[in-house]
Amino acid sequence: MIVAERKPFDEIKNMVSGYKKVLTVGCGTCVAVCLAGGSKEVETLNAELNLAFGKDKIEFGAETVERQCDMEFLEELDSKVDEYDALVSMACGAGIQFLAERFPNKPVFPAVNTSFIGVNLDVGWYEEKCRACGTCVLGLTGGICPVTMCAKSLFNGPCGGTNQKSCEIDKEQPCAWYKIHERLAGQGRLDQIIEISPPNDWSNQKPRKIIQPGYEERVKALGR
Amino acid sequence: MKSGSNLEKILKAGHFAFTGEVGPPRGANVEALREKVSYLKGNVDMANITDNQTAMVRMSSWAASMICMQEGVEPNFQMVCRDRNRLAMQADILGAYAHGIRNMLCLSGDHQQFGDHPQSKGVFDLDSMQLIGMVKKMRDEGKFLGGADIDVPPQIFIGAAANPFAEPFEWRVHRLAKKVAAGADFIQTQCVFNMGRIRDWVSQANDMGLTDKIAILPGITPMKSVGMAKYMKNKVPGMDVPDEIIKRLQGVDKKKVADEGIKIACEQIEEFKEMKGVAGVHLMAIEWEHKVPEIAERAGVLPRPEV
Repeated sequence: MIVAERKPFDEIKNMVSGYKKVLTVGCGTCVAVCLAGGSKEVETLNAELNLAFGKDKIEFGAETVERQCDMEFLEELDSKVDEYDALVSMACGAGIQFLAERFPNKPVFPAVNTSFIGVNLDVGWYEEKCRACGTCVLGLTGGICPVTMCAKSLFNGPCGGTNQKSCEIDKEQPCAWYKIHERLAGQGRLDQIIEISPPNDWSNQKPRKIIQPGYEERVKALGR
Repeated sequence: MKSGSNLEKILKAGHFAFTGEVGPPRGANVEALREKVSYLKGNVDMANITDNQTAMVRMSSWAASMICMQEGVEPNFQMVCRDRNRLAMQADILGAYAHGIRNMLCLSGDHQQFGDHPQSKGVFDLDSMQLIGMVKKMRDEGKFLGGADIDVPPQIFIGAAANPFAEPFEWRVHRLAKKVAAGADFIQTQCVFNMGRIRDWVSQANDMGLTDKIAILPGITPMKSVGMAKYMKNKVPGMDVPDEIIKRLQGVDKKKVADEGIKIACEQIEEFKEMKGVAGVHLMAIEWEHKVPEIAERAGVLPRPEV
């Protein structure tokens, strides 16, 4: 899932000050699971904002849609946003942008910082796992991502700073390449990393679009 | 000859190589740099010029390499993957070669978090293995990484680093083999303090036939003080300082600790001179350049051969 964390309260407060009626929009998918921007967090944020501004100064509304990264769900807001003069989105960066695209005449402010693609280690505890580099090498590296888990994203690691199973940047951070070696050794697959990995194709350096096979005609018909 | 560099000639002639290191200034203090280099002149075959070492901004390594050359010491232009993408790397390699630089050391680079710009974006477009391969492709195929022809390819003697001490130890020699396969001509290792480990590592490299293909120069760093030894043991990632070294330094009179450090370094160099598979040593006298003439003298590596 996409993991986000709420922005510092004062930053959000500064963005909305000066508006009269603000709609806080939550997202019911990734950011709800990681406890950053679901309906519960919308309630909490609005309660804090009400306390800070006083109800007569700014009126805060609350709506949470299933996914802000999907126009089908944003449509639900069409009849509701007119009465507001600004929107606050608690979705990830993709959701925030899609909300702003749906309502181009309304100022849209982000209430979260989108952090990473990660996993749930425990309630409220998440770890980054993928940088969406676009050229997955997990098949070679024992299912451990060197782009994400190595602080230098080395494809032929470890570097000289590998430190008793840890990364040079932090003793608490495991060396990705130590882990990769350990896992491949356990599987008898060390031959996988004997070969030199060639320079990567960093396809994440430009805005990307994907059309799945079979959907080309449909996209063409949409004219977008 | 791949590059015709002094180091390449020294190694080819079968001499025991002796290389040094100079860190460029934190500013444009050319005089300070010239002074550091002057201590190395005639005492080493080549001097590594570090590239924003420990992620601190310094005079660029290619520019400092040129000043080093003007002072009569052959430079080893260090290049890290942290600060440049593949375009800037190739451009700097061409520029450095055009100005007479003939040796390079290809490194990952310390993480930017350690330096004075921890907020910076680490580039790491290529890793050190891929950088080695790129320089080799430029030299031997006369082609850029992207495949286009180079109009006058750079003839560079390609260096790489190795850390024989990190865990898992059994993987270390395979990583060396990867650097050989990528195209490195010589290796300068992490500072050696654990002689047992490096004996084993070199012997594994001998068994795999790697030392026939690549010149290994173990790194030597004389300890200036007990504090330095403890710092290197506890704070510097990838460093392996056995307790015996610290005990030995603690065992001498306080005024004689630095001398004992040099003595240990000289003993190591003596052993490396006799070690099969070792082609020389690389002296990293950190902020101790003025001691290089004395260390070289006591290590019995003078005069440096003319080749």
